Amino acid sequence: MSAESDLTTGPLEYRSHEDRMTILGFWIFLGAEIALFSTLFATYAVMFGRTAKAPSPAELFELPMVLIMTFLLLTSSFTCGIAIHEMRRGSLKGLLTWLAVTLLLGLGFLGFEIYEFVHYAHEGATLPSSAFWSSFFVLTGTHGLHVLLGISWASLLIVQLRRRGLTQVTSRKMFVVGLYWHFLDVIWIFIFTSVYLIGMVV
Amino acid sequence: MSGHSEGFPKKHIVGFLGSMVLTIAAAWAAVGSGLPTPWIIASIMVMAVIQAGIQLFMFMHMTETESGGIQVGNMLHAFFIAAIIIAGSIWTMSFGYAHNHDDGGSGEMEMENHQDMEE
Repeated sequence: MSAESDLTTGPLEYRSHEDRMTILGFWIFLGAEIALFSTLFATYAVMFGRTAKAPSPAELFELPMVLIMTFLLLTSSFTCGIAIHEMRRGSLKGLLTWLAVTLLLGLGFLGFEIYEFVHYAHEGATLPSSAFWSSFFVLTGTHGLHVLLGISWASLLIVQLRRRGLTQVTSRKMFVVGLYWHFLDVIWIFIFTSVYLIGMVV
Repeated sequence: MSGHSEGFPKKHIVGFLGSMVLTIAAAWAAVGSGLPTPWIIASIMVMAVIQAGIQLFMFMHMTETESGGIQVGNMLHAFFIAAIIIAGSIWTMSFGYAHNHDDGGSGEMEMENHQDMEE
């Protein structure tokens, strides 16, 4: 495959040179997002233990709830992959079905996260409670906002997919949304591991 | 372009099962294994990196098209930057922790616990 030419075979999202460059550009954006989140992880790690008079993470973190959130987001990443798989088979119906499942799982994740934050607030851990809780809520909250943005973005794309069907342009847009959604799970894996699991151990 | 766009999504299902196993294994290592804390942290971080790899290679099609090499290199670079920012911050801020200032250092948690016990 030569770099500049447009193709007549293969997945629709890779047919035109411009679309391939758009997808490459989105990968570079994701690299920048990783750098952004790394600063929030670094702040959290530095502030770890500085809970002042607020409860400690070990008192508030509950494994069952965190596991439910993790499995919701993990499963949604899987169903998003299946949605792209269906798109490449040329099935708009399959794509829309699996994308809807993906977004419902994403909404479920957000619901649990909001419940979690409210629960912590009742226990006396809020954004201004301590350096630790500030860094915790900024890190997990930034991830949660990304999930909300992903749901909104994909919902708008569903409208466009229903109107225009599977074209080179809508396929490329869907593929990029898919990358974004998988990326949210990549970040969550590290939140699950380094915030919740380590928070319960240390 | 490989022909994996047809048929049964084997790679996705293998990746999904692998991710679930790694998630449960990490949770068990943290709360059920009884290993020394540094071993727990090291093992669950390794499992997290493997899970990230599953997402990137099996779900996100990172190696596809002629840009695959650039995409892989960009992700390696991003994770390298992230590791330096996080490890560097922890290392930099580790100096002086032992002084236990009264303004909320690591010593304050212990004082809190004593207060709780007194109450």
